[in-house]
Amino acid sequence: MSSEYESTETLDVKGQSCPMPVVKTKQAIDDLEADEVLEVVATDSGSMSDIQGWAKGTDGVELLDQVEGDGTYTHYVKKTN
Amino acid sequence: MSTDTQPSSIDGDEDAAAELEALRERVAELEESVADAADDDGGKKMTIIATQGTFDMAYPPLILASTAAAFDWDVVVFHTFWGLDILHEENSKNLKLSAVGNPNMPMPNALAALPGMDAMATKMMRKRIDENDTATIEELIDLSLDQGVELQACQMTIELMDYDEDDFYDGVTTGVGAATALQHMAESDVQLLV
Repeated sequence: MSSEYESTETLDVKGQSCPMPVVKTKQAIDDLEADEVLEVVATDSGSMSDIQGWAKGTDGVELLDQVEGDGTYTHYVKKTN
Repeated sequence: MSTDTQPSSIDGDEDAAAELEALRERVAELEESVADAADDDGGKKMTIIATQGTFDMAYPPLILASTAAAFDWDVVVFHTFWGLDILHEENSKNLKLSAVGNPNMPMPNALAALPGMDAMATKMMRKRIDENDTATIEELIDLSLDQGVELQACQMTIELMDYDEDDFYDGVTTGVGAATALQHMAESDVQLLV
């Protein structure tokens, strides 16, 4: 799957369920620098709503896009500061 | 409605000026206290009181706590009574599901009460959790502690159950009681009893 976002890191949480996609995304984001983008690939359908809610309620992150396809849910999260 | 058209005497002016000054000071004080309250590290706080030690009831507090930590919330989980077993290194690996009293179990209570049925129900649940790649209790505890969640073990219950402080996972806070829990609850945006 291609995307217009240049991601710095990719986090694979395929097969993992709540709360892992969100918690691991947070841990991976903590390791990035400002303006870097994390690509998160999940198979948990709940991650669409969960990552959105998490990004909305958390300072310093911005959800750029969410792509659904072929059993995977890919999220692009930017660290903003 | 304008107030600057009200008639005023010379005497009244001084009083009004003093009153205005007092009000200004009071407003400044209040603004400061509002700012302090809003600051308070900025983030939200959550306190969960975990009282249950069955296999199924160990999950909700840990899942909510680890997720709240991902939101950068300041999280305390106070474990008391059977909830203490979640933090007990040995007991946490052997938490049981009760087959009795749960109408969602695919067996009547009279059967569920037979010896070995709790163990069977627990085994079935563990298998489902394994197949579904759901995190284990131990993983969730590690994850929570890693993220700075404060897992507290009620001192009174530790003594009541005759546990030792060393029985708990590294990083668990002991030597705390109801007053500590209440203090966190009073400061929290979210308080839950599980």
